[in-house]
Amino acid sequence: MSTVEQRSAAVARRREIGEVVLAVENVELRFGGVTALADVSFDVRRGEIRAIIGPNGAGKSSMLNVINGFYQPQQGTIVWKGRRLRRMRPHFAAKSGIARTFQNIALFRGMTTLDNIMTGRILKMRASLLEQAVYFGRARREELEHRAFVEKIIDFLEIQHIRTTPVGKLPYGLQKRVELARALAMEPELLLLDEPMAGMNLEEKEDMVRFILDVNEEFGTTVILIEHDMGVVMDISDRVVVLDHGRLLADGTPDEVSRDPRVIEAYLGVVHD
Amino acid sequence: MIYRETGQFKTSYAADQAVLRLREDRIGLAVILLLAYVAIPLLASEYWLSTIMLPFLIYALAALGLNILTGYAGQLSLGTGGFMATGAFAAYKLATAFPGLDFVVVLILSGAITAAVGVLFGLPSLRIKGFYLAVATLAAQFFLLWLYNKIPWFTNYSASGVISAPTRTALGIPVTGFEASVTAKYLFVLIVVTLLSLAAKNMTRLEVGRSWMAIRDMDIAAEIIGIRPLTAKLTAFAVSSFYCGIAGALWAFSHTGAVEALAFDIGVSFRVLFMIIIGGLGTILGNYLGAAFIVLLPIFLNNALLGLGMQEAVAMASHLEAMIMGALIVFFLIVEPHGLARLWQIGKEKLRKWPFPY
Repeated sequence: MSTVEQRSAAVARRREIGEVVLAVENVELRFGGVTALADVSFDVRRGEIRAIIGPNGAGKSSMLNVINGFYQPQQGTIVWKGRRLRRMRPHFAAKSGIARTFQNIALFRGMTTLDNIMTGRILKMRASLLEQAVYFGRARREELEHRAFVEKIIDFLEIQHIRTTPVGKLPYGLQKRVELARALAMEPELLLLDEPMAGMNLEEKEDMVRFILDVNEEFGTTVILIEHDMGVVMDISDRVVVLDHGRLLADGTPDEVSRDPRVIEAYLGVVHD
Repeated sequence: MIYRETGQFKTSYAADQAVLRLREDRIGLAVILLLAYVAIPLLASEYWLSTIMLPFLIYALAALGLNILTGYAGQLSLGTGGFMATGAFAAYKLATAFPGLDFVVVLILSGAITAAVGVLFGLPSLRIKGFYLAVATLAAQFFLLWLYNKIPWFTNYSASGVISAPTRTALGIPVTGFEASVTAKYLFVLIVVTLLSLAAKNMTRLEVGRSWMAIRDMDIAAEIIGIRPLTAKLTAFAVSSFYCGIAGALWAFSHTGAVEALAFDIGVSFRVLFMIIIGGLGTILGNYLGAAFIVLLPIFLNNALLGLGMQEAVAMASHLEAMIMGALIVFFLIVEPHGLARLWQIGKEKLRKWPFPY
């Protein structure tokens, strides 16, 4: 099935797009004299797939880092699920339902696929150190419960065969998939994907697109996606933010954005006739 | 053909989650335990028990402690000797202040005290990593030993600074000091090491172990999924020091019978570090292999050299021993940088296919 056909199937089972769940307001982020983000504002609605595009160095990854609390913006606020925050903190972000994947895979290389995904459940585990040392009571019960949940994700992403392989030994495409699995194990409300398809071949890309759409539809997860493949972005996203040199260039549906002359000039290229 | 999972199906996650998933592994461990608990106490001489088995077991326990910190949580430490000394002196103070206290309780309490000291010296790990942390833990090593040497309170104001460990009982049986039989000491240490190994295996395969390894492998990603670096690193320091403290207490009480700070100098820290590097970082089995390598090999070499007719040159033999030992360490690190435990892993892979090449 091509991505276009999947898309129309997705439209047929159109999921609900709800209220604004995340709003970024007038965010400014500077590193010394370099301005990575300048006065950027946009919002994300519950259940939508929101793409962030822009040329290299436009501030896309910095934006994600601000959203999950890695970078501290000098100005601006983040409104997350109705709470106005001067800045986000990584632990709070994780606890309140924000998960992410990284552009350069950030897996735990020495651990198996299963263990990597199990780490996504850590915030939901309560067993004390002593219970874990004797593998008794809560420790045992939780381990088995979460294992069952993680196995569902493993089935969902079709990675059963690499369950016990150390992730350092996996090919790139599968590592990307394991990273998505780990993020999904957190049962996030908002999933931040930083170039989930970079460096993949067509088949791997189609798989990944299918997984993202499935996650969005079946779990109702809101997705913010950074991607360079315009075909994919225009195909699957509901709205697109365009950044250029840290500034918001355009914001709208894929159609609107792709017709915006400034976007065409800065990013998609001008047709000379 | 001999060692393989074929036909051993798991129908529940509980069964799949077992420590030893294969029948062959369970048989293997049963044989080892039988040897350790029955055959060795019956057959080995007192000399063997006291000069080989006891140091081997206690070093393996210390290696287990350091491996939790360095192998699993990725925090390099050179303070092992200092933490062992802390355990030894804590046990001495407790055993002399409360003479009626069961030695098991003394051990647990001195482990807990060492854990607290370990957490204190682990605090710098929140800001510094790698070699810099190693230097910070080195400070712990020197400071702690200096403390136990200089302050007479720790040695109960003994004039010589060398004090013999008193006899104490566990469940009514003397397990330390001169009145305890070597077999009783050996079995007691063996039980402690067995239980603590099982606990370490459990911790490292469950949530806390995964958070240690996550911090080790990629601390940024660990933070993103909600692991607090502070908690993860400090629990690693606490658990590691708990193990080292108990190892130190056993060393003083069950092995040498003397409580002295000098027994835990920087050389001990390095020995334990060598053990986990040679045995295998981030493995449980590696601690035993590494401890065996470092403790047993010199004895074996020494006997072999003497057997080769070098009785006249005892000094020569000990030089040769050191040289061969050094060469072997380098050799093993080149052949298998992931340690002896990895060799065993490769051996198991080969056994699965044997006698076929693939």
